[in-house]
Amino acid sequence: MSTRSVGLAGICVMYAAGLLAGVLAPAGYADQDREHPDAPPSRAHWLGTDELGRDRWSRLLHGTRVSLLLAPAAAVVATALAAAAGLTAAVSGKWTGEAMALAFDVLLSLPLLFLLLALRASLPLNVSAWASLAITFALLALLGWPSAARVARAGALAALESTFALQARAAGIGKLRLLAVHLLPHLRPVVAAQFWLLVPAFILGEANLGILGLGVVEPLPSWGSLLGELQNLDSLRAQPWRLAPAAALLIAVCCFHLAGKTPAEEA
Amino acid sequence: MRSRMIAGLALLAAVLPARAEELRFCLRSDPKSSDPLNVGDESSETVRYLTHGFLVRMNRKTLQLEPGLAQSWRVAKGGRAIAFELRKGVKFSDGTPFDATDVEYTLKRVTSTERKVQSGDGLRRDEGAARILVSGPEKIEITFAAPIAGLAYLFDEIPMLSSRSPLKDKAGLGPYVLTEQRAGDHISFVRNRNYWRSDEKGGALPYFDSARIDIQQNREMELTRFRRGELHFISALDADSFERLGAESPQSVKDGGLSLESEMLWFNQVARAPIPAYKLKWFRSAAFRGAVSDSIRRDDLVRLVYKGRAAPGFGPFSPAARPWSNTNLKPLRYDQKAALKRLEAEGFRLQGGVLKDGAGNAVEFSLVTNAGNKNRARMAALIEQDLGRMGIKVNIVPLEMPSLLERITRSYQYEACLLGLVGVDLDPNDQMNMWLSSSATHQWNPSQAKPETAWEAEIDRLMKSQAAEGDEKKRVALIYKMQEIVREQTPLVYLVHPHALMAVSPRLANAQPAAFRPRVHWNIERLAPARAGEMASAR
Repeated sequence: MSTRSVGLAGICVMYAAGLLAGVLAPAGYADQDREHPDAPPSRAHWLGTDELGRDRWSRLLHGTRVSLLLAPAAAVVATALAAAAGLTAAVSGKWTGEAMALAFDVLLSLPLLFLLLALRASLPLNVSAWASLAITFALLALLGWPSAARVARAGALAALESTFALQARAAGIGKLRLLAVHLLPHLRPVVAAQFWLLVPAFILGEANLGILGLGVVEPLPSWGSLLGELQNLDSLRAQPWRLAPAAALLIAVCCFHLAGKTPAEEA
Repeated sequence: MRSRMIAGLALLAAVLPARAEELRFCLRSDPKSSDPLNVGDESSETVRYLTHGFLVRMNRKTLQLEPGLAQSWRVAKGGRAIAFELRKGVKFSDGTPFDATDVEYTLKRVTSTERKVQSGDGLRRDEGAARILVSGPEKIEITFAAPIAGLAYLFDEIPMLSSRSPLKDKAGLGPYVLTEQRAGDHISFVRNRNYWRSDEKGGALPYFDSARIDIQQNREMELTRFRRGELHFISALDADSFERLGAESPQSVKDGGLSLESEMLWFNQVARAPIPAYKLKWFRSAAFRGAVSDSIRRDDLVRLVYKGRAAPGFGPFSPAARPWSNTNLKPLRYDQKAALKRLEAEGFRLQGGVLKDGAGNAVEFSLVTNAGNKNRARMAALIEQDLGRMGIKVNIVPLEMPSLLERITRSYQYEACLLGLVGVDLDPNDQMNMWLSSSATHQWNPSQAKPETAWEAEIDRLMKSQAAEGDEKKRVALIYKMQEIVREQTPLVYLVHPHALMAVSPRLANAQPAAFRPRVHWNIERLAPARAGEMASAR
């Protein structure tokens, strides 16, 4: 069994757990059992309860659904933007291409976290937790594509120097056709690799916002908001089961990394 | 050779001042003001506490005034005048002598109506300017146009400045002198060699040769550093940290009992706020606000969020604020049925688990709070569920502090807000700015040209009357009445009054942690390394 298959299998299991959260979770993610806060793991609560008496296992499952559904969606948007921008920069004239590359660098140099904080703060207040979550990931997608665009541009520039591209250009093929028919299929592994890298990056991005208290809003859980508890190191020593969201995140990132390996890398 | 080196190092360690000779603690942020007369934040207040001197000081344990730069004082003319007799031979940190002309200079600046300073807020009167009479190098009397309640206590907040020092306001009469300030990192102080106060045996104060305040936003990091012995105290701990630290070092944690602080929720009642008219109508309804208040299980907030180290919200004055807290009022109790009744009387109806107003609008509002505050996030989650049982949908929105302040103080783009109030002074005048309808910090509807409601007009009258009342019993009666109106109108939904939780290292002697700010360093000149403290007490 290849490492890629292991990664894909792991992702499938996690997605299944997240999608079936409503069935697998013994309680709702917001249900508060106020008489049993901070309870240790038991038959009723596999991972114990949090300080408000909410079942940690149920919240982890629902958090898995939130993080694993929206991060790939955001990664698809960001990868598409990156591919479009990178390829356009590659096939445009020298000056336009350089200007676009410079624009990518400028975007990369922006303090992403502060930009996210500012954008989050300017959003309307009366939106549901799910809408707020979707907006957060949309912002991550809209701000997270420039690094992938640079890679796409570099890949496209290299491809343009190859024999097949020279032959196509010599045959008088237009830029658009060159892009769509010849370059894009050739760059598919590069773009796919960017997608696999962006997914964990976005999960971690949301986690960072969650730790700052600005990610997913209460009571909806996400891995980010659940990871907020890890700031309290003493509690972790006493209650190691609190590490479950971190373990889930680590496994997910590893799985995405393995799944993103190309056959050449595996060989 | 090697053993000699080790012996030499040991000797050097013995000769060099021990690290404990430097008092160390943390502040959450840099001081926002370097003007000692314009101090509005805790960090600036702390620096001023270390570097400047005051005519009188309030003992945070006994809540009684004690002599400071004034060895005695006398309030006269029914609270209109106060006369001070100053200590002799006192010098500023740069050696400039201190006398009554410096007090006159300071008070003229403080009471100036042209260039208003925060330290003078309690002393400036609409009725006219204060008259200052210097009748000798150590004698000064100040007469105000009208009586001022708690007059002597106001001088606990006014730092004395030099009229003659070339260092101007930087010359201080406090126990320490500021030597270095690095933004976002630390502030260093050395002992003021000219400090006027000495201990009972004539020994020089302060006991610590130097002090260092590190700027540390992260509370967990502050706690870790305290555990490592790098800090002498933590002035404010949350209940979680208190419990954890208490489990491993019970002698280090101090529960000072109920503080003057409150956690509260309020609705935006600003007429020009960009919120739908029907929501503004809810928020301006005392019945709606009261029903929300009745629907919150405060006992759960205390138990789950504060681990029992808080009291359920009571009102503008926590039960610790004696004699001002109105003990005739009943505690706020969870009563969903009563809440629903109040709402129904206002035209609200509970339909299919959703509360709707008379026009059929589902009751839903956003609740903003500052991001990163665990306690407020938890309280918001509990409130969301409590109000959910009433059919009210609450959308919790954590915002970083600058964005939150922008919304609640300028743009008014918010519906409800969950924040805390830090009470510094026991006297009701400390809350004057919040209750006067004209004030910019009258949170639910600030800066009103004239009171928009009759009850706000009445609160204005009561607060102004008590501020000019010299008789404490009459003041208490006025403040009681004001609390009755607040209870009836519920402009602020009081949630909890937290305890003052602190940590004090066993390496620190003479600490007398108190519920009132500054909780640990209010007697900073007497704080000592444990050994020196033991010696001091043994002498």
